[in-house]
Amino acid sequence: MEVNPELLFQGKIDAEVKIEPRDWMPPAYRKTLIRQISQHAHSEIVGMLPEGNWITRAPSLRRKAALLAKVQDEAGHGLYLYAACETLGVDRETLLNELHSGKAKYSSIFNYPTLTWADMGAIGWLVDGAAIMNQVPLCRASYGPYARAMVRVCKEESFHQRQGYEIMMTLTKGTEAQKRMAQDALDRWWWPSLMMFGPSDTDSPNSAQSMKWKIKRFSNDELRQRFVDYTVPQAEFIGLRVPDADLRWNEERQHYDFGAIDWEEFQQVLSGNGPCNRERLQARVDAHEQGAWVREAATAYAQKHQRQTV
Amino acid sequence: MWPLWEVFIRSKQGLDHKHVGSLHAADAQMAIEAARDVYTRRMEGVSIWVVESKYIHASNPDDSAAFFDPANDKVYRHPTFYQVPDEIEHM
Ligand SMILES: [Fe+2]
Ligand SMILES: [Fe+2]
Repeated sequence: MEVNPELLFQGKIDAEVKIEPRDWMPPAYRKTLIRQISQHAHSEIVGMLPEGNWITRAPSLRRKAALLAKVQDEAGHGLYLYAACETLGVDRETLLNELHSGKAKYSSIFNYPTLTWADMGAIGWLVDGAAIMNQVPLCRASYGPYARAMVRVCKEESFHQRQGYEIMMTLTKGTEAQKRMAQDALDRWWWPSLMMFGPSDTDSPNSAQSMKWKIKRFSNDELRQRFVDYTVPQAEFIGLRVPDADLRWNEERQHYDFGAIDWEEFQQVLSGNGPCNRERLQARVDAHEQGAWVREAATAYAQKHQRQTV
Repeated sequence: MWPLWEVFIRSKQGLDHKHVGSLHAADAQMAIEAARDVYTRRMEGVSIWVVESKYIHASNPDDSAAFFDPANDKVYRHPTFYQVPDEIEHM
């Protein structure tokens, strides 16, 4: 008797059996994964740009080494994820073309500018903090190569967040100007960080299917709430004020209530009208095009070498 | 586009090489150096193998039930299949 492959597949998912590249999977599952993993990879790669802006201007060698190592890690995260995505039958060139042509999306947070050194603190603390909140559950995603890549990523992320918080803490212990700089960075990065979790559950149509496939384990709103609950005390501890007049502890819910997110801004940035969208994409395209001769030279060298050894 | 390579890393002397992922490189030497940069930034390895992905042959997951079936009913290959009195030690 022929068993319905779709039922067999869902049975494996329900039993927490991982799906591997050559296993049968519904076309929509494959498509969802390719979109999600490639967007994630693009975000890691584009995410290097805002911080790359400050490497040469880091205030000490210690900070410079840390920031450089962090940005290198993000390149690695992009590569783990591209490799995981390729196991689904899409090739790297296609993925890169989609990024460079503007067809593919990446996290909207990276379209904001990094105006001061304090932004390196705010990004590590908040942006990597929010990324960790999203990524930890993905270590248990149903697709094996994605889950394994995320385990590797999560191991490396913790230092990113801690070095960011350390920068903020140091600034808040400094001069009045340094304190103001830290507060200003928090003011600018707070709301975009909350947007990183994506639209509210009621406006997130694909969420239910992703949950059923165990690609996603928690809803956007759940993760966002957890992020707020964890982060507000961290801000208070270093004497910074979260820029939200509606923020208060709700004793009954045992959670913080927080103000409404400006989803119009989110949509604008996502659709290409953020402060740095054009600049970010151009930087990626330039790097790719200006690196073409390196790729060609390496190919020529490999071919020449191969001819000599045959 | 450069060919795809599978990367295997020995994390510690005395352990097996284990598959960790893949990457693109023009040749083997470049693949090994890229694997070092991508997969061992925190001393995760003491040795790296790379194999061009096209040379990996794999069993077919669709046949895995039948393929691994011969081992399924051979409990007599396991020590617990055999009765030994409780008084007997060191066995
Ligand atoms: Fe990352
Ligand atoms: Fe990070």
